[in-house]
Amino acid sequence: MIARGIKQLRRAFDEGETTPEALVDEALRRIESGDSELGAFLHLASEQARKRASDSTLRYRAGNARPLEGIPIALKDVICTAEMPTTCASRLLDGYRPPYSATVVERLEGAGAIIVGKVNNDEFAMGSSTENSGYQLTRNPWDPSRTPGGSSGGSAAAVAARFVPAALGTDTGGSIRQPASFCGIVGLKPTYGRVSRYGLVAYASSLDQIGPLASSAEDCAEILQIVAGGDPRDSTCVTHPVPSYLAELGQPLAGLRLGLPREYWGEGLAPDVASSARGALEVYRELGAELVELELPHTEYAVAAYYLVATAEASSNLARFDGVRYGVRKSAEGGSLLEMYKATRHDGFGSEVKRRIMLGTYALSAGYYDAYYLKALKVRSLIRDDFLRAFARCDAIVGPTMPDVAFPIGAYVDDPLQMYLTDIFTVTANLAGLPAISFPCGVGGGGLPVGLQLIAPAFAESLLLRAVHRYQQATDWHHRVPARYAE
Amino acid sequence: MRERYEAVIGLEVHAQLLTRSKIFCGCSTRFGAPPNANTCPVCLALPGTLPVLNREVVSAAVRLGLAVGSTISRQSRFARKNYFYPDLPKGYQISQYEQPICLGGAVPVHLDGVARSFALTRIHMEEDAGKLIHQAGRGESLVDFNRTGVPLLEIVSEPDLRSSAEAGAYLKSLRGIVQYLGICDGNMEEGSFRCDANVSVRPVGATELGTKAELKNLNSFRNVQRAIDFEIERQIDVLLHGGAVVQETRLFDATTGATRSMRSKEEAHDYRYFPDPDLLPVTIDEAWIESLRESQPELPEARYRRFVEAYGLSAYDADVLTDSRELGDYFEACVSIHENPKRVANWVQTELLGYLNEGNRSIAESPISAANLAEMLNLLESGVISGKMAKTVFSEMAATGSAAKPIVDRIGTQLTDGDALSPIVCAVLDANPGQVEEFLAGKEKVIGFFVGQIMRQTKGRANPQLVNELLRVELARRKETT
Amino acid sequence: MADERIDLEQIRAIAHLARLRLADDEVEPMRRDINAILGYVDKLNELDTTGVEPMTHVAVERTPMRADEVREQRVIERALGGAPEVSDGSFVVPKVVG
Repeated sequence: MIARGIKQLRRAFDEGETTPEALVDEALRRIESGDSELGAFLHLASEQARKRASDSTLRYRAGNARPLEGIPIALKDVICTAEMPTTCASRLLDGYRPPYSATVVERLEGAGAIIVGKVNNDEFAMGSSTENSGYQLTRNPWDPSRTPGGSSGGSAAAVAARFVPAALGTDTGGSIRQPASFCGIVGLKPTYGRVSRYGLVAYASSLDQIGPLASSAEDCAEILQIVAGGDPRDSTCVTHPVPSYLAELGQPLAGLRLGLPREYWGEGLAPDVASSARGALEVYRELGAELVELELPHTEYAVAAYYLVATAEASSNLARFDGVRYGVRKSAEGGSLLEMYKATRHDGFGSEVKRRIMLGTYALSAGYYDAYYLKALKVRSLIRDDFLRAFARCDAIVGPTMPDVAFPIGAYVDDPLQMYLTDIFTVTANLAGLPAISFPCGVGGGGLPVGLQLIAPAFAESLLLRAVHRYQQATDWHHRVPARYAE
Repeated sequence: MRERYEAVIGLEVHAQLLTRSKIFCGCSTRFGAPPNANTCPVCLALPGTLPVLNREVVSAAVRLGLAVGSTISRQSRFARKNYFYPDLPKGYQISQYEQPICLGGAVPVHLDGVARSFALTRIHMEEDAGKLIHQAGRGESLVDFNRTGVPLLEIVSEPDLRSSAEAGAYLKSLRGIVQYLGICDGNMEEGSFRCDANVSVRPVGATELGTKAELKNLNSFRNVQRAIDFEIERQIDVLLHGGAVVQETRLFDATTGATRSMRSKEEAHDYRYFPDPDLLPVTIDEAWIESLRESQPELPEARYRRFVEAYGLSAYDADVLTDSRELGDYFEACVSIHENPKRVANWVQTELLGYLNEGNRSIAESPISAANLAEMLNLLESGVISGKMAKTVFSEMAATGSAAKPIVDRIGTQLTDGDALSPIVCAVLDANPGQVEEFLAGKEKVIGFFVGQIMRQTKGRANPQLVNELLRVELARRKETT
Repeated sequence: MADERIDLEQIRAIAHLARLRLADDEVEPMRRDINAILGYVDKLNELDTTGVEPMTHVAVERTPMRADEVREQRVIERALGGAPEVSDGSFVVPKVVG
């Protein structure tokens, strides 16, 4: 049932073929039976979800169902929920319950969606494998020995295993698109400012965006339609009108110019990734798209710029976790304030978070600010300008989301830098603030999914969704479900 | 030896703004609420919350900038100042660093009757921190976040001040300006107008700055001056004894009048300022600046000049009467009813301020309204009451809040009728033959005794001049008849 | 070692600035990781960024401003309820030396 997609589910509810109660039951059943192996959920809100589902069922009967009425959704655990714990997968926030909900949560619930629980991620969204969670490993539904990617690994795994039709993730350097690619689903990072960040526990404020993960572009459009739009509580969230993503999905692609950056298609790509991606280009050509070769010359500097900007902001954003107002305080009896701070943060944060706080603190410190942080901001300008020039010649940029398929658990445990380098194709969209989408376009070695990425000019989410939707009408990669989670 | 050194002083003032809500959230700025009552997810820095700028804070900053002739930055930025302290819930303070809202400007002062001005470096917007309450005898402190996020303007002077007197004059003038603008109540004792002083000394004639100490806990005008005076002497002593001044923060102790080092081994601060990613640049367009410029009230300096020129007041009187906006308003309200500005100035300064100061009250709390005072002065001017009566009437007005007229109606007007007073004069002289004899023997001073007696009998209503005349005539007559 | 960009003393100083305790056996691994990353990010110096404006924000717009109105969102009871240590409506911390 869950594999059907939001539109069909709504129709089934409307026609009385099934009910939100039955669907939520199915989702909870699937999670309860499958998640002990998968490890996607940190918190399952079964009681609340069932209660909401019965309300939704009544609304369908009364004929006043809302756009996402009765649709089960999972939330990455960096998004604040007043009725559920929000831990950011950090031990420091073990048991923390925010007294307020994020704007996106209010909007989803206002549209009738049912939040079934909170899913795992790398602690404070810092990582590319969800191995940095303070609580548990999440496995790749296609191969339990591999990571689902990260940091929104729980979101991607839960959708890929068809536990829920859709989930929200967050993307600071690829954290929606990379796990979507590794898990064979669609993940959209909206334009910076398109979706409110109020209630998203900040990792890197100038890069973070919340976005949907689902099995199809159409379902991503359903979710984005609800969560996008201005918010008076987020000064960086823009008030541009939100187009009708769903209405624009069906428009043809004839004449669409897809830009192929030389830097995204060169050496360093795994052969199976390269061949799946090239296969997708053929589909686009058949759909009427025109392929344009171009350059994004500063791509090779993006990872360096990204890790300086992101960690600098993170070092400041995570200062509030000081054991004073929330979280797990560690201190010896009669210990000093300084000892309390240091012990709380030592015990509460995992090693990757500490590494990033250290790097960011260093990059902002006296004597190093210009050489590291400021330099990175200037390179960020150059990267944005690369895109501005490219979009004079094309409507969207296309390339593989990741250089390779999902890597084995533990592969980069001793070499954080090598893991950072795999973000090469995703971080640029965050640095430039552009919308980007990853969607499945083939299968590589070991039956693992390959993802293709499209990047568009600011606020052109509609174009991305349409381009992926048309592709998905012509192909069926997005219908593949991992065998162990097939019905 | 000491004269070979000069002091170099710069002041950093934090003016708490009188906005209704905090700078980045909708919480009330009301003073005196129970601990943490004025807090919300944003000012408690709960994870996931974000700041949204209060427009009125920008307005206040621009108005102050216009008042002191600063350059208003058409684009300014907020930056994060990072440090850990329990009263700073985000672990950083949102402030301004590289692009403050106002640059330059100057504060006009009057020092020993000379008009001067002291240059400003900058004015910027920032948020206040919370409050720590130290539990006596317990190894813990309580944190109250009510003040967290209350808007502040930080006003930084150039290090152009050379004495505590100059510093005091600068502060007083700056306070007048923020009060006239209505953006800050200027209360140093309650901490809504706070001052830190950077003090260093150097040999006269040197161009390089000496090592400075930052003085804190200066919670009154007097303490600012005491602390600076103490610190200048301390630093000169250090240098005279061959020592070196250490760059440090020093706390002023009002009971000892001394400054002392805050931490023996203070760590070097590294605030790691960087542009706040949660707040886009603040842009201010011409139309906004123009509308703020047009709505500016008259400022203390302009009013001072007007008081001297239009009312003929002395520099001293004009200075006192423009000290606060309310006092100036009071004076002008009086002058609009009673047309002798000098008399109004005298009464306001000696009688009214004297009375208010005794009860530690402000002009706003005066029981005598400007109109009542002016009408009383009209009665005095027209001779309905004498100067002495006026003081009596004033006291009663102050005690009861009444207007002058009903009091005068009750106690009666001044007696200016010679025919009515003559019998009283005669009676007093008749009753005191001994004193009359003394007078007649040449002891002129005794006349005061007679005046007093007559005043007592008339309950002070007799016109003193007339009484004097009648006494002299009658005494002269008696001298002749003896 | 020619490419040592950061030493143990600096690591300890940065950790203090960030209020992170590092156990003795955590200092050198941290130094090694940070050193490797700094070595990598040095590649930014290949680029001449003279005259390039730093990109601090994505949006080119101005910050929105709200009206000066009191809007309360009282969460203090819940916030105190979840805090590590409270007393009389306040958060408690180890004694702060003034």
